[in-house]
Amino acid sequence: MATIQSIAGENEQHPDVALVERVRTGDVSAYDTLVRKYDRQIFRIAQHITQNREDAEDVMQDAFLKAYEKIDQFQGNSKFYTWLVRIAVNESLMRLRKRRTGKMVSIDEDIETEEGSVPRDLADWAPDPEQNYSQTELAEILRKTIQGLPQGFRIVFVLRDVEGLSTEETAETLGLSVPAVKSRLLRARLQLRERLSRYFRRKRVPKEMGVDK
Amino acid sequence: MTCTEFLALLDDLIDDSVTPEMRAELQQHLKGCEHCEVTLSTTRKTIEIYRSHEIYDLPPSLRERLHAAIMARCKKGC
Repeated sequence: MATIQSIAGENEQHPDVALVERVRTGDVSAYDTLVRKYDRQIFRIAQHITQNREDAEDVMQDAFLKAYEKIDQFQGNSKFYTWLVRIAVNESLMRLRKRRTGKMVSIDEDIETEEGSVPRDLADWAPDPEQNYSQTELAEILRKTIQGLPQGFRIVFVLRDVEGLSTEETAETLGLSVPAVKSRLLRARLQLRERLSRYFRRKRVPKEMGVDK
Repeated sequence: MTCTEFLALLDDLIDDSVTPEMRAELQQHLKGCEHCEVTLSTTRKTIEIYRSHEIYDLPPSLRERLHAAIMARCKKGC
């Protein structure tokens, strides 16, 4: 998923730029278009961070409202989407903080673990291992697995690999350095791989796990 | 190239941001190392599975409700 675009974009203007301009002149229907374009992604990101559906609903509304209120502050030197994601990440962290009655929550939480830094489970996976599970079972496995990642790894993985932001955009969005994003991404990928191996390895998948064949 | 050196470049290989020379070195290592081959293929698969499966969907009715709430407040000037 190529996401790195020419930074200057001299001759090509991102379609969002025109929509943002229209919003600035008071055209609410242009904002309607932007909301429809990005609502699913923002909802997903909020769920990944808060791990709670009601919180994700609130975050999605608050993030879009805040972006609308602050649209004049959008500089245009980053993409509108990246700017919006940054707002949604901050709103999600604030929501978590509220839930934990004021305890600080940051994206650096729990990242000291060395788990998964060196691959241990080296069994190969079955071909198309996801075929061995129903959609519901698979979604549950994927949810459970990613929820077990330390927050600071999970956010990087979600933004970079699931939502397709570039390494630079992820760094900018989270206020991290590019090397920090790269290091977290590698560890997130390896930890997820290690944890998924439990379900996807080639042999001895117990029948009661819902194997079809 | 050792497995540790390979692992340090795993992300660059997956993200296709290695030079042709480096790619050749990595491929050379893979030819003789089943462990790294498995790590590479299963890590790629991990990313692909997460990209292609919606684990937190936004059902149409909820989407419309949230959308209406957002736009109603925007129209009122928030």
